[in-house]
Amino acid sequence: MAKLTIVQAVADALRTEMELDERVVVLGEDVGVNGGVFRATEGLYERFGENRVIDTPLAESGIVGAAIGMAIYGLRPVAEIQFEGFMAPAFDQIVNHAARIRTRSRGRFTCPLVIRAPWGGGIRAPEHHSDSPEDWFIHQPGLKVVIPSTPYDTKGLLIAAIRDPDPVIFFEPKRIYRAFRQEVPEEAYTVPIGRARTVREGRDVAIFTWGAMVRIVEEAAEELAGRGIECEIVDLRTLSPVDVDAIVAAVQKTGRALVVHEAPKTGGFGAEIVALINERALLHLEAPVYRVAGFDTPMPLFHLEDYYLPNKQRVIKGVERVLNF
Amino acid sequence: MGSLHHLREETFELVRVLDPDGNLVGEPAPDLTDEKLLEFYRWMVFARLFDERCLNLQRQGRMGTYAPLSGQEAAQVGSAFALQAEDWVFPSYREHAVTMIHGLPMENVLLYWMGREEGNQIPPDVNVFTVAVPIATQIPHAVGAAWAAKIRGDRRAFIVYFGDGATSEGDFHEGCNFAGVFKVPLVFFCQNNQFAISVPLHRQTASETIAQKAVAYGFPGVRVDGNDVLAVYKVTKEALDRARAGEGPTLIEAVTYRFGPHTTADDPTRYRAREELEEWRERRDPITRMRRFLTARGLLDEEADRAIAEEARQRIAAAVRTVEQKPKAPPESIFDYVYAQLPWNLQEQRRELLEELGRAGATEAGGTAALGARSSGTNAAAGSPAGGMNAAAPGAQGRQGGGR
Repeated sequence: MAKLTIVQAVADALRTEMELDERVVVLGEDVGVNGGVFRATEGLYERFGENRVIDTPLAESGIVGAAIGMAIYGLRPVAEIQFEGFMAPAFDQIVNHAARIRTRSRGRFTCPLVIRAPWGGGIRAPEHHSDSPEDWFIHQPGLKVVIPSTPYDTKGLLIAAIRDPDPVIFFEPKRIYRAFRQEVPEEAYTVPIGRARTVREGRDVAIFTWGAMVRIVEEAAEELAGRGIECEIVDLRTLSPVDVDAIVAAVQKTGRALVVHEAPKTGGFGAEIVALINERALLHLEAPVYRVAGFDTPMPLFHLEDYYLPNKQRVIKGVERVLNF
Repeated sequence: MGSLHHLREETFELVRVLDPDGNLVGEPAPDLTDEKLLEFYRWMVFARLFDERCLNLQRQGRMGTYAPLSGQEAAQVGSAFALQAEDWVFPSYREHAVTMIHGLPMENVLLYWMGREEGNQIPPDVNVFTVAVPIATQIPHAVGAAWAAKIRGDRRAFIVYFGDGATSEGDFHEGCNFAGVFKVPLVFFCQNNQFAISVPLHRQTASETIAQKAVAYGFPGVRVDGNDVLAVYKVTKEALDRARAGEGPTLIEAVTYRFGPHTTADDPTRYRAREELEEWRERRDPITRMRRFLTARGLLDEEADRAIAEEARQRIAAAVRTVEQKPKAPPESIFDYVYAQLPWNLQEQRRELLEELGRAGATEAGGTAALGARSSGTNAAAGSPAGGMNAAAPGAQGRQGGGR
């Protein structure tokens, strides 16, 4: 098994699935000859040619709209939007069409489409290159939203997304694209969409998180362990549909919970998790469920980026707050 | 200035086979049998009467908001008859005649405008995509489907319909640009009916014509008299043949006029001069033009004309009866097609609705099971009835709904 980074796992997943299924095509800006601005499609153009790895004109609505047409005509398109902030021009196509084609046509037409985008802050990028817009899509019925945090999960979840009969928004935490390596099988395998992963077992508090924040929460948990506080960390991996059973089980086990995400706090997915816990596990709680999140501000330029993003100290403070209620 | 004038006069002059009095002019007439010519006429009369019936049903509260097509019968009938059965149609929301000619049962159209999702369930052997309400958004879909057909080596053409207002949208530009770059087998068919709700063409574009916009994308543009069914048939057929031959897209501007409101929610007297409407209705009605042509050829007389209208009325009345007698769809069907497999939250909400309906314990199956639920993470959608556009089945044999 090769040891891959997350971004290498993306390319590996695409290559593996493209070899197995000739309907899979990759399209977007710079995905071909250049191999993507992050090299997430590196080597695919040489291997599969310009009919399957397609450099498109610079037009997000056109890319997603055309990919929808390809999907309904029997291909398995994987569209890349170069940065998550540039999904806004494609929003109409995603929420008004990709998400609704199965419903609108009562199953006559379907849209097995994957839209990939590098996601989140922490890489000192310009404006619109560091946002965390997962909530836009979680709220839209008909879509699935997936955010991996390890190379193994990245490959397995991306292949599952390509094989999924419905449209999947696949966000890749670019801050940890190259942060570490992990053994990744060469062959195709899937990690099921809709299932969370327990990153660390603990009896004192359950922390629900996803994407690059998983690493931050792990650092915090390590430090807290030195003080005798055992955190259970649940990487949700799929935000829609979320693994509610994993959330409830972790709360039942620990009696205390914290949600950590880098998207703005208000109306963010953390609020939904708190609501689910309220509805299903209230009597197991020893304290209110708190949120450690990004501020309700636009993501600042990188000079102040580190003040925006939740860090280890904020997570530790959040845990202390839950424990000391 | 001279060159622009040249462009308009020479390249984008209006293609016309019949003048408003039904006389052959300009372009040679397409080679069509007498029976085919009469069929064009029958469909135009049918479309007008269908439209009038729908407006009437809407006023009686038996139909929801409806988008009428009257005035545009020649543009729709001429272009739809140029299609082959295996070609694909991507309509906006006004192409009732096009979709019915291409095989969509009249019941589907009535159901849709009566607010029933079943109308959007296109029969599997009919190559029509579902109605798109947001403007121009269907254009990239048609581009993508045509592009996929090209990649897969399918020899068939695609046509996408939109209005003049759609040419102001980014999706029109992005779609044309993609289609030109990748030379996809697609015909862009603009029914320029002069108004986007209330806003006239000169507020949509500073171009002299819509057809000339094709120049910017590197493929041909054609401007045709949209009230001349023979001219529309002729130019659309040429464009579709080009597409099938691998020569890429064409933009057609069919110059026509919407007689009625944008939809039944709109009052056109607020923004349109009565004289203008009268000019189009009295002088340029596409049905009158074809009637004069057929009468002069000895193919139609008053009695035959009356019989054509009567037959259409009976067909429409029968379809309205059938549709209005359909039982209400089960409320829980709203959950059936959101995903291939019902996620836990939808399962719960479906159960809640069933409890509210006093049907707790009713089957969990729903339409999802009927679809042949597939687990995510399999490739089972390949060739399954619900997967893909089903265009994989070549030829799309036969058609329903009294097409050709």
